[in-house]
Amino acid sequence: MTSLTSEEPMRTDFTNRLKQHGGLVALAVILIFNILVTPNFLQAQTLAVNISQVATIAIVAMGMTLVIATGGIDLSVGAVMALSGALAPLIFLSEFGTAYPVLGLLAALFFPLVAALVCGLFNGAIVAVLKVQPIIATLILFISGRGIAQVLTNGNLQTFSNPEFSYLGTGKILGFPFQGWLAIAIACLLFWLVNRTIFGRYLLAIGGNERAAKLSGGPVRRVKIGAYVICSVLSGLAGLIVVAINSASDAARNGNLMELDAIAAAVVGGALLQGGKAPIFGAILGAVIIQLVKYTLLANGVEDEVALIAKAAIILAAVYIQQARKE
Amino acid sequence: MAPLLAMSGIKKHFGGVPALRSASLEIKPGEVHALIGQNGAGKSTLIKILTGLYRRDEGEIEFAEAPSHLTSPREAQETGIATIYQELNLVPLRSVSENVVMGLEPRTLGFLINWPEAHRRTREILSRFGIDIDVTAPLGSYSTAIQQLVAIARAVSMDAKLVIMDEPTSSLDSSEVEILFGVVRELKSSGVSVLYVSHFLDELFQICDRVTIMRDGQTVGCETIEDTSKLDLIAAMLGRNAEEIEAEGLTELASGKQAYEEIVLQVDKVSTGPRLSEFSMTLHRGEIVGLGGLLGAGRTEAARSIFGLDPLTGGNMHLKGAPYAPTEPAEAIKARIGFLTEDRKAEGIIPHMSVRENLTLALLPHLRKSGQIDLEREKSLVEDFISQLGIKTAHMDQPIRELSGGNQQKVLLARWLATKPDILILDEPTRGVDVGAKREIQTIIRNFVDEGHAVILISSEFEELVEGANRIVVMHEGKAVSELTNPGITENALVRALAHHEEPAP
Repeated sequence: MTSLTSEEPMRTDFTNRLKQHGGLVALAVILIFNILVTPNFLQAQTLAVNISQVATIAIVAMGMTLVIATGGIDLSVGAVMALSGALAPLIFLSEFGTAYPVLGLLAALFFPLVAALVCGLFNGAIVAVLKVQPIIATLILFISGRGIAQVLTNGNLQTFSNPEFSYLGTGKILGFPFQGWLAIAIACLLFWLVNRTIFGRYLLAIGGNERAAKLSGGPVRRVKIGAYVICSVLSGLAGLIVVAINSASDAARNGNLMELDAIAAAVVGGALLQGGKAPIFGAILGAVIIQLVKYTLLANGVEDEVALIAKAAIILAAVYIQQARKE
Repeated sequence: MAPLLAMSGIKKHFGGVPALRSASLEIKPGEVHALIGQNGAGKSTLIKILTGLYRRDEGEIEFAEAPSHLTSPREAQETGIATIYQELNLVPLRSVSENVVMGLEPRTLGFLINWPEAHRRTREILSRFGIDIDVTAPLGSYSTAIQQLVAIARAVSMDAKLVIMDEPTSSLDSSEVEILFGVVRELKSSGVSVLYVSHFLDELFQICDRVTIMRDGQTVGCETIEDTSKLDLIAAMLGRNAEEIEAEGLTELASGKQAYEEIVLQVDKVSTGPRLSEFSMTLHRGEIVGLGGLLGAGRTEAARSIFGLDPLTGGNMHLKGAPYAPTEPAEAIKARIGFLTEDRKAEGIIPHMSVRENLTLALLPHLRKSGQIDLEREKSLVEDFISQLGIKTAHMDQPIRELSGGNQQKVLLARWLATKPDILILDEPTRGVDVGAKREIQTIIRNFVDEGHAVILISSEFEELVEGANRIVVMHEGKAVSELTNPGITENALVRALAHHEEPAP
């Protein structure tokens, strides 16, 4: 029996297709529904609002996708957003920041991302070196990260007026929100990272079979830590964008429940929770679907609580399709 | 004296595949009875039928002079059959007492557990076996040996008439084994029978009265231990003739020795733990050295130590004359060593990934070109290997899980060949592949060696070892104990060498 097993690919063909195009089908359904039902849906304003909102989910979801690809999960993304979002105004509103506006602005972009990177190192080290379950390991920062952010700001809402910084969340290029372009640029970079680099190949191999990857000489620890670091830095960036959009930093609310949106977007986008797959553009698609569902319900006067149930239903459907594909 | 247990004519099929064809087992009261056989001989199926986990298709079982029709392990326990599994089914976080009296707690007022009485009773039971420990401490705080003894104590406290021990010594050190033997003797003297399953034949001669040998789902013999020898037992397990082995082995062992000049790997008294205590071997360029031994002899552990998977606790290695002490596989790979693991699914393939990605996994660091993977080179390399090794795949981007076992194995072989290794360690390279692929894989290995490289071959197929290896290092209980040299090795000679080291020390 050296022949190839030919039935299996044929049997999974249908579900494969469903999985590959299920997201797009869902997107089309939501769009058609909105065009028919939601008032003023087909307007530039609506598009801009949705893009500016979806960008943060998409950016975090892409990072989450990398972590999920290693077979892990990162619950701390929302807390990291709050932390980095709290740091930025602290820096450019400081004496130094007001005395040297340009340097202050650069520092307000740089240091929050460094703080996020440290968070990623922390998560990665606990998972990869101490071998703690990812869900527990990232729970530490999930709980403490937001706490640190609130301590830094004394629990106050920090409002500011800094047009240069706010460009991150309100600027437009060719009529589209800046952060939308940023998300696309990051997606292209990560797509290249996953599909063309050695890091990316190892990432998928570790998620697919960690023991085999290690036995083949794969730097398991470094790659895992790398995935958590990228995820945290992207979360930090998303935290800055949220602060820039609002011209205010609220450590209690920035990134609240983002971990759920990001995980949902990644899963809807085709990431396998057991690892081994990193569909970067899928994560964007997932983020768009989640954002549109939120928007659809909001625009049609459905309450927030109901929107949460709808989100849960989407995740359930995505997981169901995954399971069907596995068998 | 009437036997305590009599099983006869036991048959059991699993979906048309016979696991037991005609098995029998007879145990007398107060007897320590060994059950031996190779993997797949049917020992565990027989035990599972005895303990009510499986139901027999045919056959008779009599236990304590009554026909037995058990349907669950719980019923077995109630009739007096207790099983101590390799994986203990106790609760490590609860106290020793709780584990011993669980389900049979002494009570006061009918519903409160009488803890002083429970502790007292536990201490009494354990002291019978010469164990004096704090019974209020969590069970998990004690060594595996103590935990095992507690499991036995629990069995005894439930008035077991027959205690089944499945590989009880596999995770014990030698002093712990002595304690266990003491317990077994204590059981015996109090009239409890023990069914003792072990791969370690030495142990049988120390504590067992009789031994039942199984092969291919059948009981092939039952001997009094004093009337038999290890050679007899091994011959019976493998289905060979003891005298033949003896005669042939003696004449052919000494013949011919082929000289190989350049030493590539020298392993000197390496140890990594209880399962590899003293392993030495020499590997020359152009040579296949086989590792021979029974299950648990330490062959895979020896391979793991060379590949940097288990840290050395003693001894040293030299690779091409230079000291060599890898701490992780990446270092071993850099030193041009490859390791084809035994468990293809758990340690070999990345199922989601394509043939191409699986094949180049170990080579990745060498495929870097301006920060990314050199896809052109990767593709041409994979194409070469697919045609060279005759890997049957629709295209190189087909997921590896869709390939047959033999073709998966070829991809994994190619994974290592692609790194241009000097030494390949092959653990069961042809297990679970069809006959055609097997030959092809053996040819690939042969070609690799003929190019001046070296191979360490682990195989439980004696034929493959005997025909393939230039030399065979025979291992026993974590030690390299002797060496056979081709030409002149026969399967019987190998069996004899294995058996020789099973003989008790004079």
